[in-house]
Amino acid sequence: MKSTLVNMTAVLFGITLVASAGVGVVNMITEEPIALAKEAATKAALTEVLPAFDTTEEQTLEIDQLPITVYTATKKGQVAGYAVQTMTKQGFNGVVRLMVGFTPEGEVVNVNVLEQSETPGLGTKMADEGNVLLGSIQGQKLENKKLVDGKLAVRKDGGDVDALTAATISSRAYVDAVNRAWEAYRKVASDAAAVSNSVTAQTNEPEAQEGGQNE
Amino acid sequence: MSPRLRKEGKMNKLKIALSGIVKNNPTFVLVLGMCPTLGTTTSAENGMGMGLATTAVLIMSNLVISLIKNLIPDKVRIPAFIVVIASFVTIIQMLMQAFVPALYASLGVFIPLIVVNCIILGRAEAFASKNSPFDSMLDGVGIGLGFTLSLTVIGAVREILGSGAIFGINLGISDYTPLIFVLAPGAFLVLGYLMVLFNKLAKK
Repeated sequence: MKSTLVNMTAVLFGITLVASAGVGVVNMITEEPIALAKEAATKAALTEVLPAFDTTEEQTLEIDQLPITVYTATKKGQVAGYAVQTMTKQGFNGVVRLMVGFTPEGEVVNVNVLEQSETPGLGTKMADEGNVLLGSIQGQKLENKKLVDGKLAVRKDGGDVDALTAATISSRAYVDAVNRAWEAYRKVASDAAAVSNSVTAQTNEPEAQEGGQNE
Repeated sequence: MSPRLRKEGKMNKLKIALSGIVKNNPTFVLVLGMCPTLGTTTSAENGMGMGLATTAVLIMSNLVISLIKNLIPDKVRIPAFIVVIASFVTIIQMLMQAFVPALYASLGVFIPLIVVNCIILGRAEAFASKNSPFDSMLDGVGIGLGFTLSLTVIGAVREILGSGAIFGINLGISDYTPLIFVLAPGAFLVLGYLMVLFNKLAKK
């Protein structure tokens, strides 16, 4: 068709209008399923990194300018563990998100990689089952590890976490995210301990006990 | 139309669909869309997923572009095609995210790349803007399948040689396989040798 200013403008306007309407309609249809799928994924990630639990309560902290979410899981009123959704921006290709589970005593239950865009075959091994990074921390208390400035570190940086072969940057990012999770866990767990201490100290005064729980 | 002609017509339809797989194979013969080919074929599964998602976009965009080809002024046809293609890619991305979240999680980063895949724009320009909607869809099916097959084969070869697995199933040789086949240099090597092999076999 011959091009004139009027028909070019009109046709492009028409096509973009129809296209954006189409995308908008699909967005309306898929908005809810996408939200549900994300929620299900979070729940699945929680069950993988925690001992059995029935309810969770979430709380978002800010650590080193990144938002970190701590899920406190309880079973029959007792704290069953803490799952920390943590992240770092130091991955080889940007953001890495992890879910790290701690027992109330502070042992690492499991780590689940939620999101990463590392090099396939190298950095992506951080998400494999039984990889060396996870093997270095699973089932252990992080304060018993060899720490550098109070933080976990890979062997190259003086710590004792085994890094993935040929993926030092990805391994450092993983450790960075775990450190952040650990810090968030300590904050939340020590707050919880403070509350329960004040509760036990004041059991003789029912009114004060209620005040303690509301804190 | 005489019966003989009609039969020939049917033959041609089949030919349109089949030519994309061998004679006009987008990867090994037309050598189009090299960026996603090299980037996504780190495993057979990724290659196949990328191929199928591209096929879906290709069929839809070929159909729509063929339907509206007479309404588009020549000078703005490229922007018009790109808007159509980008819309379908966005729609497919949202549908995958909503209904097959597991597949989306493994392919998510590659899906937006389909917009800049020159196979799709190339077929819009070379085929869909000159042929009937039905023929254009068939062309989309053929080229799409050709692309999917090529990517799956490249992905499978790289996965076996590089990670010692196929479709994620460990073959138990991963300790002896050179990692380089999963990385970029391996992509070029595998693509080059497969291209030679394909063209040698296809010429016979």
